[in-house]
Amino acid sequence: METKTKTDIIRVIIAKVGLDGHDRGVKIVARTLRDAGMEVIYTGLHRTPEEVVDAAVEEDVDVLGISILSGAHMTIFPKILKLLKERDAEDILVVGGGVMPDEEAAALKAMGVKEILLQDSPPDAIVASVRRLVAERGPK
Amino acid sequence: MRPPLPSLQLAERVCTGERRAIARMLSRAEAGSDEAREALDLIYRRAGNAHVVGITGVPGSGKSTLVAKLAAAVLKSGRKIGIIAVDPSSPFSGGSILGDRIRMGEVSGDPSVFVRSMATRGALGGLARGTLEAVDILDAAGYDMIFIETVGVGQDEVDVVRAAHTTVVVSAPGLGDDIQAIKAGILEIADVHAVSKGDKPEADKTVSDLKSMLGLGLPAAGLRRAVPVVKICSPREEGIGELLAEIDAHRDYLVSSGEYEPRRQAIRERRMLKAAEHVLHEEFERHREGRMAGLLAALADASISPQTAARQLLAHIGMEVRE
Ligand SMILES: Nc1nc2c(ncn2[C@@H]2O[C@H](COP(=O)(O)OP(=O)(O)OP(=O)(O)O)[C@@H](O)[C@H]2O)c(=O)[nH]1
Ligand SMILES: [Mg+2]
Repeated sequence: METKTKTDIIRVIIAKVGLDGHDRGVKIVARTLRDAGMEVIYTGLHRTPEEVVDAAVEEDVDVLGISILSGAHMTIFPKILKLLKERDAEDILVVGGGVMPDEEAAALKAMGVKEILLQDSPPDAIVASVRRLVAERGPK
Repeated sequence: MRPPLPSLQLAERVCTGERRAIARMLSRAEAGSDEAREALDLIYRRAGNAHVVGITGVPGSGKSTLVAKLAAAVLKSGRKIGIIAVDPSSPFSGGSILGDRIRMGEVSGDPSVFVRSMATRGALGGLARGTLEAVDILDAAGYDMIFIETVGVGQDEVDVVRAAHTTVVVSAPGLGDDIQAIKAGILEIADVHAVSKGDKPEADKTVSDLKSMLGLGLPAAGLRRAVPVVKICSPREEGIGELLAEIDAHRDYLVSSGEYEPRRQAIRERRMLKAAEHVLHEEFERHREGRMAGLLAALADASISPQTAARQLLAHIGMEVRE
């Protein structure tokens, strides 16, 4: 149906939610994804879940990547998922990054977070999982 | 997953201002998908009310910071505002990091504001190929004023003049003696000049230099309107109200002088030609595939020149030029 065009450029928004103060890690991820041919919207530090979800909707991203190093992931991810649902935007794939024990990662995935990439994930793995998630979702 | 909604249905929702629909339509316009063309025709018919304002200037001159503050001022005046922020795509990977949004935190999220980042995807001229379709979409969705932030521009990147009703050139002081706008060859395209970073001591000199440059050009060029120069300091919100007043005044001027309709017509003409060029280019790319081996060999042993080879290639793929 849809002719194959540059529609296939994957768009990702990368956000840092919460108070932790540096963004070196997310900038590296942003560059990795750009170098893999994706369009990466970077929103800066200290965003609220509402801001991030509004931005993800406006930017019509395929993937919403959130990095949380402050330890607040078990409250922030459910909030993000709820906001996406309220905005009828559950097709946006949520990927988390940071540090957390396996049980929490599993709990978040059960809630609807598509992937948890731990802080030491190699760049290739990040690119591969974004591509895989988008391919699994299909056209939008 | 629900199946994708046909673009025509999406377009109807765009016209009622539904945010998800606007966002999705913007992606389809950007991709230039054939399936979306009829929907974009419908949207084009509903558009035509918004005041389209281009914001341009060299990289780092303060465009995004300014756009955020201007948007807040537009909101206060009771209008809805759309923002399209263009950043370059990497020529190597085709990817892009779109960072203009970082500065727009304070207005994004407001229901009367829609911010969208666009990558150039190989288009030259400081805009993305789908930028003007994006303008139509926001226009049809009821946004009263639409700002286009171009990529940080240099000499050849002034497409925004042929896309916007009003062009604002932002110059920051203190990057050497020269006025950036002159160096970048974009002095003449401004309908309004903004001198940013007014907190810097050199800003006043930039303002006066700019004013005297403009004064020199005025009688010679036979211009009917003096181009205003406004000093701003976005973080302190200084000069923002004045700049918005000048932007509004420019549209009033266009209307009262009779220049508005010709300017819009020039934009439409330009869009048509650009679109046609693009189609030709795509055709060419598609047809030339695998047709060049013989010509390349002939070039290598200098039995023909590149100019002649080009003609033969076109003849080969049925796009020959008649002399
Ligand atoms: N001192 C001072 N700095 C400013 C002012 N406005 C913006 N800046 C700073 O200038 C830098 C560039 O600002 P941006 O708004 O991102 O500039 P831009 O023109 O959008 O940049 P590109 O999109 O990369 O071309 C940032 O570090 C801003 O904080 C100002 O009025 N005064
Ligand atoms: Mg910018």
